[in-house]
Amino acid sequence: MFETLILMLDATMRVSTPLILAALAGLYSERAGIVDIGLEGKILGSAFAAAAGAAVFGSAWIGLCFGILASVSLAMIHGFACITHRGDHIVSGVAINTIVAGLTVTLSMHWFGMGGQTPALSGDARFLDITFPFADALQDVPVIGAIYSNLLSGHNILVYLAFAMVPVTYWVIYKTRFGLRLRAVGENPHAVDTAGISVSFIRYRALIICGILCGLAGAYLSTAHNAGFLKDMSAGKGYMALAALIFGKWRPVPVLLACLLFGFLDAVAVRMQGVEIPGIGQVPVQAIEVLPYVLTVLLLAGFIGKAIGPKAIGRPYVKERA
Amino acid sequence: MKAVFLASVTALAISSSMAHAATEPAVVYDQAGKYDKSFNEGVYNGVKKYTADTGIQVREFEPKNEAQVEQGLRRLAKRGYSPIVTVGFNMTSAVEKVAKDFPEINFTIIDGVIDLPNVQSVVFKEHEGSFLVGALASMASKTNTVGFVGGMDIPLIRKFGCGYEQGVKYASPSATVLQNMTGSTGAAFNDPTKGSELAKSQFSQGADVVFAAAGGTGIGVYQAAKDEGKLAIGVDSNQNHVQPGTMLTSMVKRVDEAAYKTYQDSAAGTWKPGMVVLGLADGGVDWAQDENNASLITADMKTKMNDIRAKIISGDIKVHDYMSDNTCNY
Repeated sequence: MFETLILMLDATMRVSTPLILAALAGLYSERAGIVDIGLEGKILGSAFAAAAGAAVFGSAWIGLCFGILASVSLAMIHGFACITHRGDHIVSGVAINTIVAGLTVTLSMHWFGMGGQTPALSGDARFLDITFPFADALQDVPVIGAIYSNLLSGHNILVYLAFAMVPVTYWVIYKTRFGLRLRAVGENPHAVDTAGISVSFIRYRALIICGILCGLAGAYLSTAHNAGFLKDMSAGKGYMALAALIFGKWRPVPVLLACLLFGFLDAVAVRMQGVEIPGIGQVPVQAIEVLPYVLTVLLLAGFIGKAIGPKAIGRPYVKERA
Repeated sequence: MKAVFLASVTALAISSSMAHAATEPAVVYDQAGKYDKSFNEGVYNGVKKYTADTGIQVREFEPKNEAQVEQGLRRLAKRGYSPIVTVGFNMTSAVEKVAKDFPEINFTIIDGVIDLPNVQSVVFKEHEGSFLVGALASMASKTNTVGFVGGMDIPLIRKFGCGYEQGVKYASPSATVLQNMTGSTGAAFNDPTKGSELAKSQFSQGADVVFAAAGGTGIGVYQAAKDEGKLAIGVDSNQNHVQPGTMLTSMVKRVDEAAYKTYQDSAAGTWKPGMVVLGLADGGVDWAQDENNASLITADMKTKMNDIRAKIISGDIKVHDYMSDNTCNY
């Protein structure tokens, strides 16, 4: 039983990593007042660029750079439309998602001729699992051994990076001058402007960070968790991350917990299939599949309470009316 | 809204390129797409071979979503393409509707059964092929535990799982078979991330050989097997080349033959509607042996496999077909 739990938590870490990265990306963007429904597109774009870069240059790190570059470029397009030209955030975000969904497949067909896939990656072209020191030696120690060797050790570097980003984000958002200004821009941009700070510049910087984090999430999908790009491989993770962001009320630690909950329910769904439960018998696949969604609805309805976003979210900043 | 837009764009693309069409062959793949390295790609290989052999172009259509299947089919039928090969169980209802409206067009559906005078239904005895690879899996397993990852939870996929289980138990009655389905929609055939998670979950429960009957989802299963140093079994196409050294074998289903033969018969005027059932004896299903898995198959395994194969063909081993009664009691 304990071992099963450890293995499920192990799977949770793997599954929730892209959610955590994307949700934190959304946190920077939305805290600065920019609605980012384009998380999905940025993840997908980065997944493709990372896999393509890694396949061509044979290095996961070069792939990661390409992934981040692609994702930041998309974020800048979003910024150009929403900040500079005061366009509608949702429209721009949806446009990015649609463009990326088509463009990735088209480009990969053109470049690799494999029907929207990139070549399978192996060796250095992927982020491989890291085994902690003494993990093998501690394997047999009860409880601690299982936690250290099976749960904490044996993930790839992006997983650890994702978890490390949570305290970093907390520190940046709440403890730095930049974070204070970023939050202020999302709540009351006029006040920031009055203080002589450029609202646009802060928002652009928030979107760059958002792009970098989405780039990590995408690269994780295609060069760490899987070994290559497949069409539509983000499979709604951007939207899940957005839900987690609202679930966690735009705060780093609750957002982390929401992502872990989603990941854990996914792991449970995988694990519960075909298992005989005493008194009930074998639970049908469909019932298990629906479990994460039902629980999400119940938790949202009963325990979380009202989620209130940043005040100036989705509203373009207009300096003065002519 | 998005779907409608996409559909109309695709329809436009088809109609503009079909201006010259007379009775030419066509194929409609399912949503996993023709490069899924498995089921659809098998059909695509048959199509490619036909074009190479005869120089006749085959019009291809890949629907982006479920709504487009019927629209695409209808468009092809309206333009007079015949025969139209349709790929996959999920297309059954769309093909049925369109075939009724266009009685002069011939349709072949692979993996589905439609009783109409202008439809040929090609089905395979997947349970026989799965039995074979199941037996091989349990021979290769050191932990006496093997896994099965199915795509969409439909009777057809259960049929693979049931045949596999029987094969495993035949070779080793005490063996444990872990079974998982990826999902309950068509998307379950194109979700490698979930496939990899399911495989990892089975490995952690002791499995060391896993059979994926899941289309594109299988790619994730094989990758997971490679990462953890376990063995995997491919499906539909010969997938031994996907991860050489990891792929124990593949349960091949000659969908390429089925597509090729439809076009060939149609050109020769010998195409007939009705049921075509292809089993081990007809070469419709089999296990794949090539240079990629040669090192994994011992001479002893080969002898046993040939023996089992002969027994299934002669009827000494009766493999229960899940779809005959929708249960796996054998």
